[in-house]
Amino acid sequence: MQWFNIILQGVLIGGLYAMFAAGLSLIFGVMRLVNIAHGDLIVLAAYIALVVTQELGLNPLTSLLLVAPAMAIIGYALQRGLLNRTLGDDLLPPLLVTFGLSIIIQNGLLQLFTADSRKLQAGPIEVEAFQLMPGVWIGILPLIQFIVAVTVIAGLQILFYRTALGRAFRATSDDQSTAQLMGLDTRHVFAVAMALSLAVIAIAGVFLAIRANFDPAIGPARLIFGFEAVIIGGLGSMWGTLAGGIILGVSQAIGAQIDPGWQLLAGHIMFLAVLAVRPQGLFPKVSG
Amino acid sequence: MPDSPLLAVKAIDSFYGDFQALFGVSLTIEADQVIAVIGANGAGKSTLLKSIAGLMHPHSGEIVFDGAPTTQAPAFDVLQRGIALVPEGRRLFPSLTVEENLLIGGQSRRPGPWTLARVYELFPVLAERRQLPAPALSGGQQQMAAIGRALMTNPRLLLCDEISLGLAPIVVHDIYARMPQIIAEGSSLIIVEQDIMQALRAASHVYCLQEGRISLQGPARELTRERILAAYFGV
Amino acid sequence: MSRVEHATLSSSVGIALIGVTLLVLAFAPYWGDRQTLRLLAEIFTFVALASLWNLLAGYAGLVSVGQQAYVGLGGYLLFMLTIFLDVHPIAAIASAGLIGALVAIPVAGLIFRLRGAYFAIGTWVVAEVFRLLASQISVLGGGSGISLPVSVVLAMAPTRQMREFETYWLALALTVIVLGAIVALLRSRHGLALTAIRDNELAAQSNGIDVGRTKLFVYVLTAFGTSMIGALIFLQKLRISPDTAFSVNDWTAFVIFITVIGGIGRIEGPIIGTIIFFVLRQTLSDLGSLYLLMMGAVAIVVMLWAPKGLWGLIAERFNWQALPLRRHLVLKKETAGKP
Repeated sequence: MQWFNIILQGVLIGGLYAMFAAGLSLIFGVMRLVNIAHGDLIVLAAYIALVVTQELGLNPLTSLLLVAPAMAIIGYALQRGLLNRTLGDDLLPPLLVTFGLSIIIQNGLLQLFTADSRKLQAGPIEVEAFQLMPGVWIGILPLIQFIVAVTVIAGLQILFYRTALGRAFRATSDDQSTAQLMGLDTRHVFAVAMALSLAVIAIAGVFLAIRANFDPAIGPARLIFGFEAVIIGGLGSMWGTLAGGIILGVSQAIGAQIDPGWQLLAGHIMFLAVLAVRPQGLFPKVSG
Repeated sequence: MPDSPLLAVKAIDSFYGDFQALFGVSLTIEADQVIAVIGANGAGKSTLLKSIAGLMHPHSGEIVFDGAPTTQAPAFDVLQRGIALVPEGRRLFPSLTVEENLLIGGQSRRPGPWTLARVYELFPVLAERRQLPAPALSGGQQQMAAIGRALMTNPRLLLCDEISLGLAPIVVHDIYARMPQIIAEGSSLIIVEQDIMQALRAASHVYCLQEGRISLQGPARELTRERILAAYFGV
Repeated sequence: MSRVEHATLSSSVGIALIGVTLLVLAFAPYWGDRQTLRLLAEIFTFVALASLWNLLAGYAGLVSVGQQAYVGLGGYLLFMLTIFLDVHPIAAIASAGLIGALVAIPVAGLIFRLRGAYFAIGTWVVAEVFRLLASQISVLGGGSGISLPVSVVLAMAPTRQMREFETYWLALALTVIVLGAIVALLRSRHGLALTAIRDNELAAQSNGIDVGRTKLFVYVLTAFGTSMIGALIFLQKLRISPDTAFSVNDWTAFVIFITVIGGIGRIEGPIIGTIIFFVLRQTLSDLGSLYLLMMGAVAIVVMLWAPKGLWGLIAERFNWQALPLRRHLVLKKETAGKP
């Protein structure tokens, strides 16, 4: 029964990892860009939420109403102003520019907020739990976070395959120059994609900040979790990413149970194992 | 009837990097007209269409559409003003279905007669295959879809780049048979063709490009075979 | 008979200047104080690390943000070999290089399955795994790290001054060896293959170059050099911990920024970049994270508006090369009657 609990916890946090991954996956799908600053942007969202909750006295979950649009605007500006210039055939510019951005965000946050650990307080909801069956407890907050994660991923799927914007994303990703010929301003399309990605990051960042302590340096680890979830699940598939996140979460939970120091290692080992045995991921989409 | 032509290309020089592809090329087209641009491979026909469509920008010269200059306008802007290019090689979006490809054209929201229903009327075979992914279609069907996609943007000027390439003559004939309907709905046409006979049949006016320069132009009826061959090959 | 020559006027001048500089540097312990020696040794280390990263990213097209894995590995190997196996520190440095190279082979087997930016993050994961494993080794201090025992320190040399001189010369020697090896590699057929791969991988492959093998070779070679440098760094520091050994900021961020600003894909780039980096650091004084922030911003600006870096701009403008690496064909006239 104890193992069931552990795996359940792993599944629930897997939802958070899947949210880290979803934004990463979205950007790669639309413009073949891997944003190395992705994790640091999650942390940035957490700090924005910190400021908003402190200044306006809002509950962290409510603060999302301000944080998500703020991050979306930052994403649009970032893509339009900086990252659009890195797109092209050469793989060095986007990689090195986003790496530079990662360092800048980390150190910028360090200057503004110091290295002190922070946490967002969501109130009693943080410790509430209900009993699913004898011996099995589910925390309310982890459950909400998981449901939100699944909703976000489902929402992104619907957006991609059932809306005009999603059509624009897919067409631009297929063939930039023909998309332009058909009237799509690709600079704008890319910027909207980044805005969307950062809105998802905002949600992930706020949940992260409620759940655990955060400081300016934890960004890269979140990038790695998101990345591992994408690779384990398989490139090109949103639901695969969810599965990847869950598998990662469960691996970490099992590792933590064996020895607390093994939590992260267990996740990395699972990632390396998938890479060794099935490099295309467990549920890859056949790419067109 | 307006006095000025629908499109006036005035002495443009276009370059690929350091390589000059067009030398002082000029061309005009009136509303409701069909003109053909012929020439050998590498003569600059596609470059001319890309320059008009805004994918490339001439280093000198001017392009004026409907009274306003579009010389340096980006492609998506040129589309909004009413010029649509059916690119060489069709270039449908492989991740999208046939219908989604058509809808992408419709996203430009330009007013006009072309709707999904009208396009399916013009090309019934597309309606049968609307949910299939674009790559699943045959060459001729893909060409129809590419034309349909451009029509969905309600262009006043439709540019067709080598639509007969790689297709069987009967399929080409089938496609060209729809041209009158396209013109009737209010679009002018510039067709680039390697098939000279097809071009002469479809167009009222012909331009011949040879190594980046206009070597011959005139009404299709008045051009003799000898003059065309001479202009085509630069003899 | 025609043949391929490498030297140009500028490279001959370059070689001469380098020769003089090396001579001056070799005698530094006699004209410099302890601080100067330490600073110079630090400069040498960064030149070496940046040159190795440049070889990997600028020539082989393998952009790694995880080279700190080998810096830390080299450091830990040094401690392990000297403490538990009584190996002399200098031999330990060489061994650390060899073992690092051996480790690199299975690592490459895994991460070469990833491409482009995903490969880069993969290298980061590997570094993280090494860091976490190092924290688990309690005999080496676990998460808080360990200091180098006095016995090992004394094995280097009996007096503090002699140790300082020795580590300085080691740093200089190692850097010269690393740079020399890179130059030799680039002048060889492998080097030609690398330049081809850098310019156009697909074309290189269709011309018969075994791209996969060449990349593996460069990756392993870079790991060899980086591990040795790592061993030397921590021999100097006398203390190691997982966080310092595998620090992204110290061993990757600065290295990348140095190479980008100096000029990727040219051997002179990392050298120029390191000089700029240290001149700025000395004049602006070590502002810590603010400095890192600035370097990041400058690197981004350079990457976008001068992607060939400072040396790239200069070299193209004046057609210079400081080292004889270019290949040009020299046609010799036939003399009458002779084959």
